[in-house]
Amino acid sequence: MKGMSVIVKKTTQLVAGLVFLYGVYIIAHGHLTPGGGFAGGVVVAGAFILQILAFGSDFLNLVKEETGSTLFENLAVLIVLLLAVSGLLAGASIFLHNWMPKGTVGELLSAGMLPLYNIFVGIEVAASILTIFLALVIFKEEISK
Amino acid sequence: MELALSVIVGFMIIGALYAIHAKDILSAVIACGIVGYGLVICFLLLKAPDLAIVQIVVETITLIIMVAVVLDSSREEAFSKPDTRGYISAGLTIILVLALLYFFRMAAGSLDTFGTSTLRMAGPYIEGATEKTGSANLVTGVIFDFRGYDTLGEATVLVTAVLGVITILRIKGKK
Amino acid sequence: MTVYLLCFILFLIGLYGVITRRNLIKIAISLSIMEFSCFLFFALIGYIDGGIAPIVDPADPLKTYVDPLPQALVLTAIVIGLATTSMLMAVIIRIYRRYKTFDIREISNLRG
Repeated sequence: MKGMSVIVKKTTQLVAGLVFLYGVYIIAHGHLTPGGGFAGGVVVAGAFILQILAFGSDFLNLVKEETGSTLFENLAVLIVLLLAVSGLLAGASIFLHNWMPKGTVGELLSAGMLPLYNIFVGIEVAASILTIFLALVIFKEEISK
Repeated sequence: MELALSVIVGFMIIGALYAIHAKDILSAVIACGIVGYGLVICFLLLKAPDLAIVQIVVETITLIIMVAVVLDSSREEAFSKPDTRGYISAGLTIILVLALLYFFRMAAGSLDTFGTSTLRMAGPYIEGATEKTGSANLVTGVIFDFRGYDTLGEATVLVTAVLGVITILRIKGKK
Repeated sequence: MTVYLLCFILFLIGLYGVITRRNLIKIAISLSIMEFSCFLFFALIGYIDGGIAPIVDPADPLKTYVDPLPQALVLTAIVIGLATTSMLMAVIIRIYRRYKTFDIREISNLRG
């Protein structure tokens, strides 16, 4: 898959970092403003998809095979499961227990384990959508050989 | 509010009708985007900003994947020769549509009028939510604290879908 | 009541598209339209006149909020809809590579 013209490449170099930072902002403030893990994760994946579309198929070394992004996705789901199980060990013996201190409403470090859940679900959603797109790109490359 | 929503859903219906009957496949895919982005405006009018953010980014990704599939193929026009099987399926559809409209008429009598939801199930969730979960966003509190199992199930569905896509789109086997 | 009826008409248009169209991409688009009408219906049920978005302002916490429970359900459903549509597109790509057509009647006529 070829890349696009010089104007698109220069604009993508300027914009892609801002899109990634905006996605991280939406994930991190998921318990204060609308958004959360799912929306922020898809925006972070969008930053990578934008760069792959603009620069062509030989952008990262991830495009040869998709094991890099699958590793991130599986690790993130494993950590979400471990966080959920940790509620069993820390007292009240129910699954998915919110046991860390809650803090004051409206601060960035509040709401117990909710920011941790948001971050790891966001990483998992971003890696999933990136893997789906990479599988598509690799299929097209193999066919056109 | 109901008038503005009705106008936007009317535009979505016109876009959906065009998407189904378009001759060119690429035009049909872009007309599917009308329905998706009109839904974003409906979510904003219904005071649901979480849903609007998720729907707009997911609709963009869906359009990218669909356009990638359509541009890679021959981009032909849809076939348009009606024959007996086409008439039979159109007749069956009309019967099914009339039956479903009758049942909807029966069921819609028991819905509350638009705008007066009684919050029967969400009342206990909202009342102590900021003390019990500590988060200012009620929807995030409901997703990750009160209904955490649903979120776990959704993460599992995403991983399974990615597994399915990788398996389907694989050409070379393991060496 | 008008909005509920229009939302159901959108669902019926999607159903008509799934049953009567012969092109695979149009079947996928109609399935997507049916999903959108379901999301709209859930968001319509939870609306309260004069309510505000369900974000608690710590300085002034006593207001009427729009129902957050259908919004949580639809949030999950939107992401699952994306996963389903992408898997359907992967199957459609493979079918096109094998049979070189999108028409469902030609695919069922060819054997092996």
